[in-house]
Amino acid sequence: MGMTLTEKILAGHAGRDAVAPGELILAKVDLALGNDVTSPIAIQAFRSLGATAVFDRERIALVPDHFAPNKDIKSAEQVKMMREFAKEFGIANYFEVGRMGIEHVLLPDQGLVIPGDLVIGADSHTCTYGALCAFSTGVGSTDLAAAMFSGEVWLKVPETLRIVLSGRPAKWVEGKDVILHIIGGIGVDGALYKAMEYAGDGIAHLPMAWRFTMSNMAIEAGAKNGIFPFDAATKAYSDGRAKRKYEVVTADPDARYADEISVDMSALEPVVAFPHLPENARPLSTVGNVPIDQVVVGSCTNGRIEDLRSAAAVIRGRKVHDGVRMLIFPATQEIYLQAMREGLMEAFVTAGAAFSTPTCGPCLGGHMGILAKGERAISTTNRNFVGRMGHPESEVYLSNPAVAAASAVLGRIGGPDELP
Amino acid sequence: MALTGKAWKYGDDVDTDVIIPARYLNTSDPAELARHCMEDIDAAFASKVGKGDFIVAGKNFGCGSSREHAPIAIKASGASAVIARSFARIFYRNAFNMGLPIFEAPDAVDEIEAGDRLSVDMERGSLRNETKGKEYRFTPIPPFMRELVAAGGLLSYIAKRKKKGA
Repeated sequence: MGMTLTEKILAGHAGRDAVAPGELILAKVDLALGNDVTSPIAIQAFRSLGATAVFDRERIALVPDHFAPNKDIKSAEQVKMMREFAKEFGIANYFEVGRMGIEHVLLPDQGLVIPGDLVIGADSHTCTYGALCAFSTGVGSTDLAAAMFSGEVWLKVPETLRIVLSGRPAKWVEGKDVILHIIGGIGVDGALYKAMEYAGDGIAHLPMAWRFTMSNMAIEAGAKNGIFPFDAATKAYSDGRAKRKYEVVTADPDARYADEISVDMSALEPVVAFPHLPENARPLSTVGNVPIDQVVVGSCTNGRIEDLRSAAAVIRGRKVHDGVRMLIFPATQEIYLQAMREGLMEAFVTAGAAFSTPTCGPCLGGHMGILAKGERAISTTNRNFVGRMGHPESEVYLSNPAVAAASAVLGRIGGPDELP
Repeated sequence: MALTGKAWKYGDDVDTDVIIPARYLNTSDPAELARHCMEDIDAAFASKVGKGDFIVAGKNFGCGSSREHAPIAIKASGASAVIARSFARIFYRNAFNMGLPIFEAPDAVDEIEAGDRLSVDMERGSLRNETKGKEYRFTPIPPFMRELVAAGGLLSYIAKRKKKGA
């Protein structure tokens, strides 16, 4: 019987010819990663094993990005624990502030995650790397500790939900809108325990940045991973960047899928997800009058250079509305520098926006843009749960970067076409 | 092993941000996390939960982040288990790795009301609602997860395996 992309990568890493949904396998890990929130628990667990070495010092990545640059003394202690662990065990991929970035943008950009890989990370958005035709999924700190020790992870082979994409997205419609539309259709547990696998000729219209956004939010549908097939765009992104030799995996023509849905991307308009779940997706034209206090552009979902270009194209020559704070977070130092070279940073700052060093900060209500009681934000991040960005009585609306930028000018949620 | 306590009832899609808000993730101290457990959905929970009580919820409990702080906070709060219609996958994994028992029992969840007295027999796979005088069966824990529990959690399981040179 044929295998899906996910089944094939899992079989290859379990040393098996084939695997089927429901099977429990022990698989080799190409890269295991953690951040400053999850690593401290993993490090304590790892030390409790009495281990004297990690399985492979090149295949572990530790990125202080959530509360870094350190927001308070406790956060500083957590990052210090990571730094000392990295030094003691010779972890090759520890990224210090000033050389770091948001893990899920940084690691593929650095070529540390490559097509065909099996990656686990103690962060739910580890599923981002599916864009590279890799299997990657979020786990907890204890799983990370076990993987740092053994180089292996136990996984249940998921069933696969096939998503067939067709059509070319209209102007101002981006990868974010496609994934919010899908989550709106199937719900926040619509792909629970499943792999999401994209297919169809519409994929050719999706630049890598948009694919990363779509794979990134697979977890918001409850999925284990969200994977794209390898094509010319994947090759162009990976060649010259990949730090190891990569392997191209393809799905078998007779692979079995648990279910299939189709999306005609040409029929979509920008999508906004209302509080307090990503599944509350509505077409932009139906949003109505929703005044906002804050706009955030950034995160592992939409902090790439393409995202900043999209927001800058809307904001250039315009001003952030009087009643609005706009915050821009380039995801990595490299993107920060690129934004500076291209004049994007100047466009934002001239418009009256704040331009920050890379951090996950406000996305999870950590620091650098917390909402007060009753405040409302539109954000290019991934979650709009109760209290996600601050006070439990604040609200988060999710959108793409162009809509977020247009909303910053309008002072209410709206699209670029509404701007004078 | 039998567990007995009172039900704390919540709805669908209880996410990890309300189980333990990110503003408290600058520590991994169980006692401190427990003080803020369920804070953004039920500010009374942490101070009023009794030893052995149950969190009872709808579908997709624990959706969102991979923070192991969520099962740690629940366990340290004194709650003995979570009973839900279904669980988000990372939370499911983390709960077993942390030694927090969790059960999928859709029928029971629908009929349990806040404050009902429950008792759970993990080996028999049964749940009794003492207040309502009704008994339910729940989905047994998969054999592999039982192996993990028997070994004393994921870490000791891996360590034993490594020692054997497997």
